[in-house]
Amino acid sequence: MEVYLDNSATTRVRHEVLQQIIDVNKNYYGNPSSLHRMGLMAEKKIDEARRYAAKIINAKYEEIYFTGGGTESNNIALISHLSNIYENSNIVTTKIEHPSVYNVVDQFKDKASIRYVETDGMGRVNLDDLKKKVDSDTVLVSIMHVNNEIGIVQDIKKIAEIAKSKNNSTKIHVDAVQSYGKIKIDINNIPVDTMAFSSHKIHGPKGVGGLFVRSSLKIKPSVFGGGQEKSVRPGTENTAGIIGFGEACKLLYDNFEEENYKLNELKALYAKRLSEEIEDVRINSLLNGEGAPHILNISFKNVKGEVLVHFLEQKGIYVSTGSACSSKSKSNRILDALNIDKEYIDGSIRMSLGYFNNHDEVEYVVMHIKQSVNDIREIMML
Amino acid sequence: MYNVVAVSFGEIFLKGKNRGSFEHKLTEQIRYALKEYKDVSIYKELGKVFIQTKHIDDMDGIINKIKKVFGIVVISPSIKVEKDPEIIIEKAIELFRYLKEKQNIKTFKVNTKRGDKTFPVKSMDFSALAGEKILNAFPDVTVDVHNPDIEVMIDIKKNCYISSERITTVGGMPIGSCGKALLLLSGGIDSPVAGYMIAKRGVEISALYFHTYPFTSERANEKVKRLKEILEEYCGKIKLYSVNLLDVHKAIKEHCREEETTILARRFMMRIAERIAEENGLEMLITGESLGQVASQTMKSMIVIENSIEMPILKPVIGMDKTEIMDKAKEIGTYETSILPYDDCCSVFAPSHPLINPKLDSILISEGRLNVEELINKVYSTLEVI
Repeated sequence: MEVYLDNSATTRVRHEVLQQIIDVNKNYYGNPSSLHRMGLMAEKKIDEARRYAAKIINAKYEEIYFTGGGTESNNIALISHLSNIYENSNIVTTKIEHPSVYNVVDQFKDKASIRYVETDGMGRVNLDDLKKKVDSDTVLVSIMHVNNEIGIVQDIKKIAEIAKSKNNSTKIHVDAVQSYGKIKIDINNIPVDTMAFSSHKIHGPKGVGGLFVRSSLKIKPSVFGGGQEKSVRPGTENTAGIIGFGEACKLLYDNFEEENYKLNELKALYAKRLSEEIEDVRINSLLNGEGAPHILNISFKNVKGEVLVHFLEQKGIYVSTGSACSSKSKSNRILDALNIDKEYIDGSIRMSLGYFNNHDEVEYVVMHIKQSVNDIREIMML
Repeated sequence: MYNVVAVSFGEIFLKGKNRGSFEHKLTEQIRYALKEYKDVSIYKELGKVFIQTKHIDDMDGIINKIKKVFGIVVISPSIKVEKDPEIIIEKAIELFRYLKEKQNIKTFKVNTKRGDKTFPVKSMDFSALAGEKILNAFPDVTVDVHNPDIEVMIDIKKNCYISSERITTVGGMPIGSCGKALLLLSGGIDSPVAGYMIAKRGVEISALYFHTYPFTSERANEKVKRLKEILEEYCGKIKLYSVNLLDVHKAIKEHCREEETTILARRFMMRIAERIAEENGLEMLITGESLGQVASQTMKSMIVIENSIEMPILKPVIGMDKTEIMDKAKEIGTYETSILPYDDCCSVFAPSHPLINPKLDSILISEGRLNVEELINKVYSTLEVI
């Protein structure tokens, strides 16, 4: 049996998406910028995809720009926002951001002060602290919607409102790569300026992402070229990728409620069954609305997450771990920021769910995690 | 410019009745090193080996590959021509022009070797004739027979070969001329260097890699495979064995003191290595140990570890500093792969304070709590050729 539980890393492309990708490469292979009909057909297909992508967050279709992926979207938005940086200005962000935000902000550490908003033991942004840290010199607030390792959902509506109330000219960026299509977002109720998302986390192809840019805002490009995507992301469009992404959005939109329900249910079931079957388990993700429906981070005392990953791969079960061997210096920035006991931090794995997962897998997975955890503990305790 | 490469072997090991078999081995080695090139022919002519390719553009790549073949002393990129005096001189002038564009040449000499005595002009006379034509073609150069900037070699054998450049190689002895040994290859910096150094002395090597999957990652396997491939550029085909040592580690963890883990585990590794070597006709073991580098590489540790087997162990980097080993690894091209992060969780089994002065008596007592034969058989059953 193969059970893929690493959907936060990437997902398997859905069949319908694959069909679209083949169709485009066969029949709509023209350059969307070409004047002839073949070009026009490709352009129309891309516009259609843009409408589907926009619908997921209730944006206007002209507010969506296609990019080369989530990392690129974050970079384009942040570098544009930070072009206005000045001495004594500051950037407000968190310590649990994805590297494609954390490392971009870090590039500016000599030019502005970086203020990290406090997060609590579950990774929640402390709103009072945010209120304190945003001031008239705050150029940018960048906070992720769903953390990729533990799945905590930030209240981005409140965060954006607080930030704007303190400084209306502050730009607000949200990295929504893990929440896009998983959590309902109505961009019209949330005063953010830009939002990044990605195709391959929602069963679309890799190499495509999207950036929402509020229509009142103009992005300063960091890559220059032939003016595609209104110069925000120039270069001949990845037509097949974009259209595949559009198809994935469409499928998601059509079944959002059921899919969301299924993921939540599966996640809760895994948490319940694993807690029942195995001793000394710590669920690091929240099971209520504050936790993303598809991410379950769970720690086992006296286990090494990485070893557990290798035990499970032998059974065809694929999970991931953020923490590495404690002997190596590469400790985990995200998990370190959370209050997890030392005995538990090494033994954490992330199970992340997707469209292809179902209830039939649960007992198989639980049984093998139980057995593997027991085996590892036995060896560790010898 | 060049259409053929002439390869000269070292003389020392080519004397006597073994010459034929060494030449054959070296030719095989060259053939292996050039396996990715098409339309290459390798042939012998009067004591030298020549490599000819239909694709002149491949020449630089071919030279770079055979530079790494142990046992070759000099490589001369050459122009192969018919034995027609006029054509020879024409090509010699062409070669001279090519070299003159690359470097500043003021003086030269021509050296003719007439292996084929049926060639109508005598060596000295032909050198003089060719020299004169070159002087005519390039009025700004002069002949200097004692200390010339370049020497144009005209080698008349079955065919005629014109050359001047001499490329030095890594040297060494041809693989297989000095026996066979088993290298204990980890993913680190030292053991590939050790393997290289012994192979250079003509030893055909096989390699053995220990892992503790699933406590180590499959990626670690890939890394060792990659190191093996880099070594193969010098050493020819290497058979790589792997053994899963997990059961040994489990037994040690259960029955012995933590600080003894490394010493005990290495005693098992040596026994398994010896067994694989014996079963495969390999005469010695090779390790990348460097005296005092880590706990298991102190003199006392080595005494206790090596007490477990009878087979001699070659340790070519024993007296080298870490930085020297690193430099060598960079030179042979294994360094970048060796330093890749390992994703290695064997820290589960690595003691926090390993013994640096183990006593043989007490190690033997600890080992007495384990069923050594049974454990060896158990992990030996995980032997794979990867």
